[in-house]
Formats: sequence, C-alpha cells, structure tokens
Amino acid sequence: MPDLAQLLAAEVPLSWYLILSVILFVIGAAGFLIRRNIITVFMCIELMLNAVNLSFIAFSHKLKMVDGHIYSFFVMVVAAAEAAVGLAIILTVFKNRETLEIDEVSSLKL
Amino acid sequence: MSQYYTATDHFVLLPAILLALFGCATLLFDFLIFPEAKQRRWLLVFLVLGEAFAGVAFWRQQSFLLEHGGNLTAFRGALVIDHYALFFHWLFLAATLITGLISYRYLEVRDEHHGEYYGLLMLAQTGMYFLASGTELVTLFVGLETMAITFYILVGFLRADRRSNEAALKYLILGSLSSGFLVYGFSVLYGISGSTRLSEIAAAVAARDAWDPVLVLAVGTAGAGLMFKIAAAPFHMWAPDAYEGAPTMITGYLATASKAASFALLLRLFVGPLGPARESWEPLLAAVAVLSMTIGNLAAVTQTNTKRLLAYSSISHAGYILLGLVAGSPTGIKGVLVYLLVYTFMTLGAFLVLTSLARQGMAGDDINDLRGLMKRAPGHALWMLVFMVSLAGIPPTAGFLGKFYIFWGLIETGHYTLAVIGAVYAVVAIYYYFRIVKAVFVEPEEAEAGPLTVSLGTRVGLAVTGALTLLVGVYPEPVLRLAQMSISR
Amino acid sequence: MTETVFFYCFAALAVAGAILTVTMRNAVHCAISLIASLGGVAGLYLMLHAEFLFAVQIVLYIGGIMVLFLFVIMLVNLEAAARERQFHRSWVGGLLCAGGTGAMLAWFWLRGAGTLRLPPAVQPTPREGGNVESLAMVLFRDYLVPFELASLLLLVAIVGGVMMAKKRI
Repeated sequence: MPDLAQLLAAEVPLSWYLILSVILFVIGAAGFLIRRNIITVFMCIELMLNAVNLSFIAFSHKLKMVDGHIYSFFVMVVAAAEAAVGLAIILTVFKNRETLEIDEVSSLKL
Repeated sequence: MSQYYTATDHFVLLPAILLALFGCATLLFDFLIFPEAKQRRWLLVFLVLGEAFAGVAFWRQQSFLLEHGGNLTAFRGALVIDHYALFFHWLFLAATLITGLISYRYLEVRDEHHGEYYGLLMLAQTGMYFLASGTELVTLFVGLETMAITFYILVGFLRADRRSNEAALKYLILGSLSSGFLVYGFSVLYGISGSTRLSEIAAAVAARDAWDPVLVLAVGTAGAGLMFKIAAAPFHMWAPDAYEGAPTMITGYLATASKAASFALLLRLFVGPLGPARESWEPLLAAVAVLSMTIGNLAAVTQTNTKRLLAYSSISHAGYILLGLVAGSPTGIKGVLVYLLVYTFMTLGAFLVLTSLARQGMAGDDINDLRGLMKRAPGHALWMLVFMVSLAGIPPTAGFLGKFYIFWGLIETGHYTLAVIGAVYAVVAIYYYFRIVKAVFVEPEEAEAGPLTVSLGTRVGLAVTGALTLLVGVYPEPVLRLAQMSISR
Repeated sequence: MTETVFFYCFAALAVAGAILTVTMRNAVHCAISLIASLGGVAGLYLMLHAEFLFAVQIVLYIGGIMVLFLFVIMLVNLEAAARERQFHRSWVGGLLCAGGTGAMLAWFWLRGAGTLRLPPAVQPTPREGGNVESLAMVLFRDYLVPFELASLLLLVAIVGGVMMAKKRI
C-alpha cells in the first residue's frame, strides 16, 4: 500500500497556498466587521488565525524546515487560551445583561 | 546543567522563573495558607518579596554586564540580556510594585479577590520579561500573548460591574484581531528569512530593497498589530472603553507597563531587523504619530470622565513617543526611552490619586469627583498638580525632558514639520490637563464628600512617583546616562 | 494531477466553510461551518507533510476549541440570539473595508511574486524519523523557552476562565 504522504506529494505551487491563506484571512476579517453576534465574531478571529497557520506551514514546507510547524502549534495554543478566557468573559457579560448583540453592549460600538 | 540548559541560560532566565514562581505561589497561598480576610495583607508582602528577589536577579545581571561588557545571549539566541532589556525590566518592576502597593485599599473597597490579583500582576510581568528580552519571534509572540491575556482578565476583574465586563470583552476581541495581524506579518517575515531568530531576519531584510512588496506587506501587517497594542490611532478604539471600565489601578498599569512592553518589542523590531527598510515605514509611522496626536488631543478636550480623558491623553503620548522612532537618530531613540520612563511615573501617579478617590459604591472617575480635593486632601491635590504639569510637558518637571529629547531628535534629523505639529498639540494638551487642575483647586467642594482615607501603600506610591517626577525634571543626568547606556549596543 | 485535485477539494471545503461561517444566521450553524473549514485546512496540512499539526488541528481545534464554542452557544439564550439582527446596518462598508484589505494583500503578493526569493533550504528534514520526531527535536531544543512559557499562558487562561465564570470562588 503506497504511503499516503507520497501519494499526495505536493507539487502545488507555494503561491496557491499563500493566496488561499489571504482569502481565508480576508473572509475572517470581513466577518469580524459585519457580524453582530459576539460568539460569531469570535469564530471569525479563529478563522483568521487559521489562515495564518496555513501560510506558516506552506512556507515551512517550501523551506523544508519544521520551525513554521512549531509557530503554528503555538498559535493554536494561544488561540485556545484566548477562546477559553474570551468565552468566560462572554458568559459574564451575558449573565449581567442577557444579550449578545455588539450594539446592545453599550460601549462596544466597533 | 546540560548543553540545552547552560549556566548562562539559567542566569538569564532566573528573574522570569522567580516572578512566575512567586506568582503561582500567590495564587496557591491565597486559599491554602491565608484563607482569612485579615491575612490578606500578607499576599501583598509576598508580592513585594517576589519583586525584591527579581530585583536582586536583575541587579546581578546588570553588574555582570557592567563588569564584562557585551550582552548575555541564552537559549540559542531566543533570549538576550542587554542594557536595553534591563532598562525595561526595571521599568516593569517599578510599575508592578507601585500598582500592587496601591491596589490593596481599592480591592477592599470593591470587595474583590486579592490573591488572583497579585498573582496575575506578577504573571503579566513575566510576560513582559519575554517581550523585552526575547530575540526570537515565537518567544516574543507567546510572551506578548501571556501579557495580553493577563490584561484581559485584569481589565474585567470587577465581575459584578457591567462596565468592567464590557471593557474586557472589547479589549479581548480587538486584541485578538490585532494578534491575528501581527502574527500574519510574522509569518511573512519567517517566509522571507527562513528563521524566527531576529539576527537572521535582520540579514534577510538587509538583503532586500526597502520597497520590496513582500517586505512592505510584512512590515505593514506586523506594524498594524503593534499599533493596536500601543493604542496609536487609527487602531486606538479599544483604549477609551478599556481604560474607563477597568479597575482604576489596572488602567494605570495598562497605560504604562503594557504600553512600555509593546514599545520594547516595537523598538527591538524596527530599530533592529527592520531598520534597513526604514525608507518604507518611516512615512507610515509619521502619519500614525500625527493622527494619534490629533485624535488623542482633540478628543480629550471634551471628555468629562477622568479615566477617558487620560486614555485619550495616553493615545496622544503614544504619538509623541512614535515621533522619536520616526526621528531615528540616537537622540530620538534616547528620547523614546526617557519619555517611556517619565511617562510611567507621572501616569501611575495620576491614576494613584484617582484610585484613592474610590469609595464604597462610587468609582470616583468623574471629573466632578475631583472637585475641592484641595480642601479634602491637600497632599493629594498638590501631587496631582505635579503630575498634570508633567503630563502637559511643562518644565521643570520630568514630562518636559521626554518631549525635549524627542523634539531635539526631530530637529536634528530635519523633520521640522513634525516638530511644529507636535509643539502645537502640546499647547492643546495644556488646556485639558488644566481642566483637571481647575477642578482640584478652584471649583467648590461636593457637599457630602468627607476627608480621604489614605493607606500606607498609597502614601509610599505617591511619594515615590511624585518625587521621581520632580527629581528627574531637575536632575536628569542618571536617567539620561541609563538611557544612553541602553541604546549603545 | 492527484495533488492538484486534492488541493482544490480541500481549498473549496475551507473557503466554503469560511463563507458559511460568516453568512449563516444561526450560531450553531456557524460553528459547524467553521468546523468544516478547519477540516479543509487540516487536509491541506496533510498535503504539506505536517502530519503532527493535522492531528493537533483535529484534536485541539475541532475537538477542543469548537466544542467549547458549542457549549457556550448552548449556555446562552440561543432562541433570543437567533431572532436578533445578525449583521451590522453598515455591512456594506464592512465588506468594502475587508475587500480593500484583501485587495491590498493580494496586490502586494502579486507584485512581490517576482522578488519572493525564499532562502535555500539549509538542512532537509530527515524523512525517516517522521514529522513528529523532527518536530519534537526542534521543539525541545530550539523552542524550549516558548514551550515553558506556554504552560504559564495556559495557567493564566485557567485562572481567568475560572474567575470570570464563577460567582464566588
């Protein structure tokens, strides 16, 4: 049985990955700007961080180094920590005022 | 000690280890050893003890550097101890110590937890340690996030207060967005240099044209992320809300230590590896600086909340400090360091006076709460005058010194327009700082307000910040020598 | 040929998931679309020989973070949240802003494509050891400091999460 990695041996040029990363990053940024539900806004940030990870790993593959993998690993750790604290704060806000709309949260006019 | 953890590594990392251990111990001791309300003050003693240990470690590093010269590099170039890093370490240490000392009464008044507060203060300082000493992108990023996440929690520390919750939420959302931009820029830097070490990135950047599109992309996105962290316009929109909602002492800590730590990273990147591309980022930074001064100074004029007013003033101060980086000459960079140091003391002092105004059921952050302070607490009122005069940049206080070096740097390098704009806005700033002074000295007292209760920590904090603000203004040589030493690498 | 087809499949999954995350009205649907997008990116990781990160993406991101999101969505009042307006009144402006940013990024990449000389690969990653082994070597040798610092970061997050979400500690 052939090795899966060999079967998929990537000949796709680096620039495709970079452009895909830009597309995902921009979709995330757009969602950040247009959504009003705070949890969805948070998901859009995860989307952006994910796009960054993709660009790190694409570079890393081209450079034949694993440093980029390690960077994305740490970005994931940070994203997890941010999500934990962020969702806890969202719960506190919700407990205190029963809404998740950004505009209703008075000071949160983005 | 193995080849992966040498004696040098240990010597360099020791202060961070001490801070992290004391921070964790404070979290544990809070409920294990000091569960009673009366024993809380021991936690504060513990914070002071931790800072003292870290201070001894920094002092040993400094004397080593003075004796042997050069820098201490550790962990294969991930961390460095040089005079530049030590300058910031001393600044963080002083800010954390003062913040801790004056928070005790505020936490009592607001009926909040002590253990978590002091523990998180020290853990935030640990994150800052890696921001000032890190010379590798992963370390810098994780250090930055450690500091930032601690600040999200500290800003929302008053859980029962809706303003505090919302401030934390807004700060966290925009902070995460800025991290996304920052780390995108870092990914491009990694791509073009094939390394996360700043020294190798420097070589890769120097080999490229300053207007190389990919390089501009990296500088632009990473720079946008950093501008968020230092609250420079147009990335400042989190600052007024976060400053207003946070507990008053944390506002002071956020405005000084967090901003200084982000500037430490900014200078390390822009003077170091990104220095050769100066041609492309200098106009951008100049635009950001002018915009920050405009928005900060003009918006501050109409504020009625003291914390919001100081938030806008801190945006304008970020603009001034950036001007020093735009000048880029040794005088300008020295001005940045001196400005950050004196800004720390005068801003902490101003927030300290505001903190002592907090009473049961009252935040004390409206400008009217300052009325008649002269009658209620003359000592506080006089120190407040010193801080406001210093923030406005009027001689002979320390605030003048920072502005002086920045303007000198600008004139030296031929940026006359920027110097004139900065000077004009300095005049605008005098107006709104003196609104506070007027409230303190001229306007009549509120009827029901009694004399202030002042704790020992507040007295010590006021004396230290006030005396330094005055002393650095009239006898600046030691600070100048320290700053000079930090930039001569 | 195979790899190009696979690239298009995974990229389409990632982009479609991302677009649905941004446009769906219901927060649960958004979360599920985001999981699809993350899965697509995970497939791309596999194509780029990042097997370890593929596993981390599935276990940590999809299994950990997204479940956390779903928990919070369930805890807050879903019915009321879904009835409210989901988009800003000025959503066109937001889209234009994001589109402008994207156009700028893309423009820089296209302009820079000619000068994007990557540095030569110094030492090829030893394939026989596998991705996880070479990653572990680098992680615990060159990136020891951030690794230890990350434990502190997670401690802060735990303390913060507990403190924020509980009424009295």
